Amino acid sequence: MEIPYTVTARPDTGLWNAKVGIWLFLASEVMLFGGLFSAYIFLRLDAEPGYWPHGLLNVPVGTFNTAILILSSVTVVLAWAALKMRRYARYKLYMAATIFCGILFLVVKLGYEWPQKYDHFGAYIKTSSLEKYEKYLGNKHLLAEGLPPRVEITGHLHNEEALKDPKIKEYEVALDKVYTDPDDPKMDRPHFLYVPPTDQIATIAKEDVERATMFLPTHSTYFATYFTITGLHGLHVLGGVVVFTYLFFFGGKTYRQNPEHLANRVEVAGLFWHFVDLVWIFVFPLFYLL
Amino acid sequence: MDASSSISAHAAHDPHTHADHDHHELGWWRRYIFSTDHKVIGLQYLLTGLCFLFFGFCLMMVMRWQLAFPGKPLPFLGNLIQNVLGPGAMNNGVMTPEFYNSLGAMHGTIMIFLGIVPIAFAAFGNFVVPLQIGAPDMTFPKVNMASYWAFFVGGTIMLVSFFVPGGAAKGGWTSYTPLSDIADKGPTYDIIFNGQTLWLIAFICLITSSLLGAVNFIATIIQLRAKGMTWMRLPFFVWAQFVTAFLLLLAFPPLESAIVMQLMDRIAGTSFFLPSGLVVNGAAVSISGGGSPLLWQHLFWFLGHPEVYVLILPGMGIVAEILANNTRKPLWGYKSLVLAALVLGFLSFIVWAHHMWLTGMGTVVSAFFQTTTMIISIPSVIILSAFFISLWGGSIRFTVPMLFATAFLPMFGIGGLTGIPLAFNSADLYLHDTYYVIAHFHYIVAPGTIFAVFAGIYYWFPKATGRKMNDFWGKVHFWPSLICMNAIFLPMFLQGMLGMHRRWYDGGQGWTLSSEKVWGLSGFHWNTPISIAAWVMGLAQIPFIINFFWSMRYGEKVDDNPWQATTLEWTAPSPPPHGNFLATPVVYRGPYEYSLPGRAKDYTMQIEPVQPNERSMPEPTMSLGH
Amino acid sequence: MTSVALINEFLGMPPNASQHGYQIDHIIEFSHWFMGALFLGWSAFFLFVLWRFRKGRNPVASHEGVTSGISTHLEFAVVLIEAVLLIGFAIPLWAKRVNAFPPDKDAIHVGVEGQQFNWTFHLPGPDGVFGRRDVHLVTNSNPLGLDPTDPAGRDDLTSLGELHIPIDRDVIIDVTSRDVIHSFDIPAMRIAQDAIPGQTIPMWFKPVKTGSYEIVCAQLCGLGHYSMKGTLVVDTPTDYQAWLKERQELSGNQTAPPPLRRPPSEPPVGPTPGTVPPPGAPKTANPGGG
Ligand code: HEA
Ligand code: HEA
Ligand code: CUA
Ligand SMILES: [Cu+2]
Repeated sequence: MEIPYTVTARPDTGLWNAKVGIWLFLASEVMLFGGLFSAYIFLRLDAEPGYWPHGLLNVPVGTFNTAILILSSVTVVLAWAALKMRRYARYKLYMAATIFCGILFLVVKLGYEWPQKYDHFGAYIKTSSLEKYEKYLGNKHLLAEGLPPRVEITGHLHNEEALKDPKIKEYEVALDKVYTDPDDPKMDRPHFLYVPPTDQIATIAKEDVERATMFLPTHSTYFATYFTITGLHGLHVLGGVVVFTYLFFFGGKTYRQNPEHLANRVEVAGLFWHFVDLVWIFVFPLFYLL
Repeated sequence: MDASSSISAHAAHDPHTHADHDHHELGWWRRYIFSTDHKVIGLQYLLTGLCFLFFGFCLMMVMRWQLAFPGKPLPFLGNLIQNVLGPGAMNNGVMTPEFYNSLGAMHGTIMIFLGIVPIAFAAFGNFVVPLQIGAPDMTFPKVNMASYWAFFVGGTIMLVSFFVPGGAAKGGWTSYTPLSDIADKGPTYDIIFNGQTLWLIAFICLITSSLLGAVNFIATIIQLRAKGMTWMRLPFFVWAQFVTAFLLLLAFPPLESAIVMQLMDRIAGTSFFLPSGLVVNGAAVSISGGGSPLLWQHLFWFLGHPEVYVLILPGMGIVAEILANNTRKPLWGYKSLVLAALVLGFLSFIVWAHHMWLTGMGTVVSAFFQTTTMIISIPSVIILSAFFISLWGGSIRFTVPMLFATAFLPMFGIGGLTGIPLAFNSADLYLHDTYYVIAHFHYIVAPGTIFAVFAGIYYWFPKATGRKMNDFWGKVHFWPSLICMNAIFLPMFLQGMLGMHRRWYDGGQGWTLSSEKVWGLSGFHWNTPISIAAWVMGLAQIPFIINFFWSMRYGEKVDDNPWQATTLEWTAPSPPPHGNFLATPVVYRGPYEYSLPGRAKDYTMQIEPVQPNERSMPEPTMSLGH
Repeated sequence: MTSVALINEFLGMPPNASQHGYQIDHIIEFSHWFMGALFLGWSAFFLFVLWRFRKGRNPVASHEGVTSGISTHLEFAVVLIEAVLLIGFAIPLWAKRVNAFPPDKDAIHVGVEGQQFNWTFHLPGPDGVFGRRDVHLVTNSNPLGLDPTDPAGRDDLTSLGELHIPIDRDVIIDVTSRDVIHSFDIPAMRIAQDAIPGQTIPMWFKPVKTGSYEIVCAQLCGLGHYSMKGTLVVDTPTDYQAWLKERQELSGNQTAPPPLRRPPSEPPVGPTPGTVPPPGAPKTANPGGG
């Protein structure tokens, strides 16, 4: 006895096996990312005022990646449609486009955005020393505006070795723009466009610093969640790309035996891809905009 | 021409040549080790699971020595373990607190995730479900194999973690943070090879395994039901597995996310679960802080509670099959049983906080969770009541499977009922974390689920091997086990009421509250009879183990339907060939058509068509496979 | 306060020593009656059926079995009783615990901090005000990290492992932890509260019996968990004053007697294995720790 309904739908359920399978799998994926997003909410609500950073991510790049993913979701549908119309050449084309988008996304994310983060530096100032750095932080102004205080000074760390070497007593930071003119109302809200660090150097004494790190997962719960969720999402993108590549190169055999079967496989992979896309649609606003 | 006669027609030629010819394509390796056949995978799960179950039990037998005779060197084993695991585990043959905590955590983890779940869900589910719904195999055989091997790897990692410096995880099976976050983080901290990290990694494998399994089960039950096998004709066991699969599918991922976060905390130095201002050993810990210790508990118990129903539902399913078969009458209130199982499944997602009563809950939240916890006890009451009432009017045969199945009922009853005081958070103020809790859930999982598992093994053994397990030794296995189980867990209620707490390395010796007398013994001294009972129970398993392996070769040969049962698996040859059935089965009636009035035999199989004059029916089973 | 506690006593529950405790005993007692009734009822039925309908006595089973709807009534009864226990007892009782705190002025206010593996109590002293605490100031002689510059903290008292309170006075205890989660549990007072780092959660009760009671740690917190024992002494008012005086003399250098068999704390520092002598075993190292 062979296993039925691998390609054709079962009359009473109207589904073929793999489709049931992928929907169930996606249900569990929803719960997985649901868990992570609930952690995000938990931690963000717990964060003390000033300890949940804003505007540290590169919004235009993020927007670009969003566009890429949405585009790829379209191309994968087109690839599937092409198969349905039995236009194999065109299927190959769209599939290639999808794979390209996936890889491009990963390159931008892991090759550009992440590195840009972890050579950026931030130093949390001790509550007792906030006064001393008022000229960078501008908390009086923020207080007047009724905005959360600034407790961290960020920028590009000039003396990298200061992080390791205890003999060095202060950090030399090329300030981010905000801290050069903290009272400027234009600086109250995070910027949409990415602004590189200025060349104004501030020296921050280690004894005034609560914690100083590069923008790594250890920096704050914000970056912890950011790297964890985008990392896991990246793995999903990678998985999708691998599957697509397989279908791209080895789909031919299946196609010749039974085109419908390949179409089904592409449909299943596509459903997964849409989900990965959907997750990003949540990630983008949560981390880049809000 | 109706199905049954068509089957007898096919049955003409020998199923075994049939089987062989099926197998010739596959080498031994693919047939028994990397097999994609749901029956083989089921048996792989069963054997591996049983070994883990037994191992978990051995850990506990070692712990019980420390609880009964704290500070006394463990005879024989003490030095052996010291030589293998070093003085970190055993100091001059005396168990160290670290090792006690490791044993406790690993006992819990292994029993639940490497013992009961693989056996009750994966093993029986794999072997029985496709047969009972008349399917040739699981929908995704390769995924099925992957599921087993993911489980195997996870289990291996768990075992390996005993041998890394510092020993296996010590944070309890609940791995509460921050304790587990900072565990082992000494100067000699190895980022991967330490108990807690390996525990987390092993879990990722186990979760992957049960996700693959769950997807497969649900898809199989939805897609591969035989012609005529409508939802309301499914045996209750299939329903139980169906709900269980959904619990695993939806409850495990949140834990997986939590595990990823704890891994990040341990490996990448994040602070998901670490609040600001931690002071460990008189020094402030250098972390970003801002994490939330309770977040872990929420994510853990969001799995944790559904998980406990994962432990019991398959057991209920097994018991249901055996009750119907051995009372020779239909299950009472089949529809309400199915409904109750579904409700149980849904509700189990909204009761988790009843494990967190003492974390400082407001009135509204606690009122909500107390109410849901109360409500969820109702479906269980319904299920048990239905089982009890099913006995009424039956003609009860006390076969070995039936003995275990009947014992299950009151044992689960005790365990379940004692959940009720725990469900009131005010009462839990006193009972939380005491041995009362230990007794509560052990009554459900040990004499409950484990007995259901035994019942299932004795019941389906003939289908898997074509031979019966020995009845006499079965009874020799049953009675001592029943007595010991109660001798072990009943006194724990007393210890709990005295205020003795769990996870006490000294068994309560250092506490005046446990020197109070109850029923003639002090709380602490109750440990001795409990431990002795536990060890005797170990002995009581020997007849089973021998019987199990002996019967595979020398057990009494039986026909395809030795219990005169009605469900589909008994229409297939024993053992079923690759592809299971000789002809695609067609289903004509409900699962429990026992003792239909006006029939020659007292059972009517699901494949028997409903005909005007039932008496002239051919006897399909008699000719099956011969 | 009178208390109905037949089953409780039968099961060895120790006498209650707090004002609200009898209510908790009641709900435990009543649920056991309810459980007992169900259990005995069903067991009787169960045993009868097993005997009455065994094969030998009833060779032919009846296809219908029970036709009456008796079970529905029974299940309804169960629902009813559970509802009564829930709405009548459990919920109001909890409301009383978490909402009906006694007014601060006429209650004794104490802070307790769990740490591996003992309890440190913090008394506000004569001025009734707790001094400021800062984790960076924590040392062995200043386990709570009291800020010496804070006048409110000058007269504060700390006590290691042992707390005295006068009889018949409301006590409010702010429970927190410094390292991992502990649980501050006084069985005799029928009260408990998890001690969670980063959170301070108050609980309250009113002792009505003098005596010395054990404080249990009801949450696994490491290798010394089993011996994380505190002592609560309920004094007559005079004894209480005497104790306060003694504490005041000691204050400044908080070196209270350590609780019994307090093992040294566990990793991160990582204990040399087996330093905690199992109870009863010949003492190898000095486990007193502090
Ligand atoms: C299979 C496992 C299983 C099952 C089914 C249950 C079922 C229930 N559990 Fe239990 N529970 C656990 C496993 C389980 N539990 C575990 C492992 C823990 C500890 C975790 C840890 O901390 O390590 C725990 C802990 C636990 C707690 C937390 C205690 C604490 O830590 O302080 C609570 C509190 O509400 C609770 C409640 C319940 C309730 C109300 C049910 C209800 O669903 C029960 C409903 C059943 C009935 C009401 C019985 C009905 C039967 C009859 C009416 C017939 C009677 C007839 C006869 C007896 C002949 N359980
Ligand atoms: C499924 C879950 C499960 C099961 C079945 C058991 C079974 C048993 N458990 Fe356990 N237990 C837990 C889950 C379970 N436990 C958990 C979650 C905890 C809490 C851990 C923590 O604190 O974090 C716990 C804790 C726990 C404690 C408390 C320890 C402490 O708090 O310090 C104790 C104390 O006695 C105990 C005892 C026992 C005993 C005597 C059994 C016996 O009933 C064992 C019976 C076992 C058998 C009878 C094995 C039979 C197997 C075979 C015969 C295999 C044959 C093999 C082949 C054929 C190949 N358990
Ligand atoms: Cu502190 Cu357990
Ligand atoms: Cu629960």
